[in-house]
Amino acid sequence: MISVKNVSKSFGSKIVLDGLDLDVPNGETLVVMGRSGTGKSVLLKLIAGLIPVDSGEIWFDGTEISNLKTKEMNRLRQKIGMLFQSAALFDSMTVAENVAFMLSQHTNYTKQERLKIVDEKLELVDLEGVQNLRPAELSGGMRKRVGLARALAFNPDVILYDEPTTGLDPVTCTEINQLISDLNERLQVTSIVVTHDMHSAFSVGTLMVMIHDGRQLAYGTPDEIINIENPILQQFVLFGAPDQILKMENPILKAYTGR
Amino acid sequence: MNRQSATRESNDGFRSQSILSRIKGRLHTVLSETGQAFTLLFQTLVQIFRPPLQFDLLIKQLLLIGVNSLAVVMVSGFFTGMVLGVQGYIQLKPYAVEGSVARFVCVSIVKELGPMITAFVLAGRIGASITAELSTMKVTEQIDALEVMGTNPVKYLVVPRFLACTIMLPTLTIFSTFAGIGGGFTAVVTLFDVNGSFFLLEAQKNLYVGSVLISLIKATSFGMAIAAVGCYKGFSISTAGGAEGVGRATTGSAVISLVTILILDFVLNHILFNIMGLV
Repeated sequence: MISVKNVSKSFGSKIVLDGLDLDVPNGETLVVMGRSGTGKSVLLKLIAGLIPVDSGEIWFDGTEISNLKTKEMNRLRQKIGMLFQSAALFDSMTVAENVAFMLSQHTNYTKQERLKIVDEKLELVDLEGVQNLRPAELSGGMRKRVGLARALAFNPDVILYDEPTTGLDPVTCTEINQLISDLNERLQVTSIVVTHDMHSAFSVGTLMVMIHDGRQLAYGTPDEIINIENPILQQFVLFGAPDQILKMENPILKAYTGR
Repeated sequence: MNRQSATRESNDGFRSQSILSRIKGRLHTVLSETGQAFTLLFQTLVQIFRPPLQFDLLIKQLLLIGVNSLAVVMVSGFFTGMVLGVQGYIQLKPYAVEGSVARFVCVSIVKELGPMITAFVLAGRIGASITAELSTMKVTEQIDALEVMGTNPVKYLVVPRFLACTIMLPTLTIFSTFAGIGGGFTAVVTLFDVNGSFFLLEAQKNLYVGSVLISLIKATSFGMAIAAVGCYKGFSISTAGGAEGVGRATTGSAVISLVTILILDFVLNHILFNIMGLV
């Protein structure tokens, strides 16, 4: 579905991505991990076409997107939903207007039809009765849910999550993780989740990639990732747990996933 | 002694080099920002003619920029006219030409101060607010969200603001001009011994269609400049700029708008009076 081939991106003299390769097959949820500043969010913005690549290719559903014209890119973006780190809800609009935004811009649906879809999407993220509230009146968790409902409004094939649990309390984090897993299962969408929250990573990911120094350090299923013997990866995933713990039937993986 | 003077000379050399490189850097920034601002202006002009024009957004901005600014523009115009009337009468009286005060007030207000005062008020009030709103949207990733949802931010955010400023500035200038002439009339008639009918007759005699045209051309250009600067400064902030960046962009927007209006006024005066020969 999505293929990133030898992609590089720099900002001034700072090299963020340096020949990154990765694949996200249809229906999978890829978790992108890495330390702060390793270009995880930049990767999402490159895939969404918000910033151009310096070199390399990004393939989306058989189309190479890095040289697409704005019109074609906009058409392709209708297949993408994105949940931003700050939710990025439009302050000047109500929750219903936020969720219905794409529908009002790209379809001829009547107001009634749009409101019906808004209700459906809000129900999907376990939110009801907030249609007329403004983003400023919502809690952090609710904002993320509304952001997710907005991302789902156009029934996307791909959902990009930029640190979906950042800034939330542990209970809300767990709820959001559960919601992401449920949605991925129910809607059968392809997802890319950028996070450095390992609870989140192991509870939603079917595939994982670790980015280090702008390149792919490790790629595989959660079980494969936990067994890769790389000190940087192990330190990141297991918070620096010593080798003997790693060899004890992956107890931390068990703790994360319940498996 | 010789070593000391050599060191001083070398330090002076470094200092002048660093000043030179700083000036070069600043010039580079100014030129590159000007280029980016013109690129955004060009994109805006292209997007204006690309359907659909979202009338609901335009009307919202027209109300926000026009209706909400009417009172402050009229009050500013009225008092500017009063000041002009008082100063004009005092300055003209020693030469026994105080009868020309109406001409002085009206011509100054219509050709210069009407559009200028309106533009100054709107640069502070609307230009800065456009920058604050757009830069906050940029910092909170709302502009990225628009793009991801397949909506062109220039079309959705800049075009309505640009059109509203371009339409409302001449409209508000008409109101502020009337208020200014009214202010001058009130001051001169109530404070000094000038006949009201004489004032109005003199005003009528000295104002031409060309004068009104000049006023409207200037106001339209100022409106475009305020919107272009306000939107550019809002868009040019980086996502990592935060609250400090928003504050800096907003202040920068007001200052650049005011300077741009003054420069534009000079250029337009030269073109309209010297080249086109309007009166």
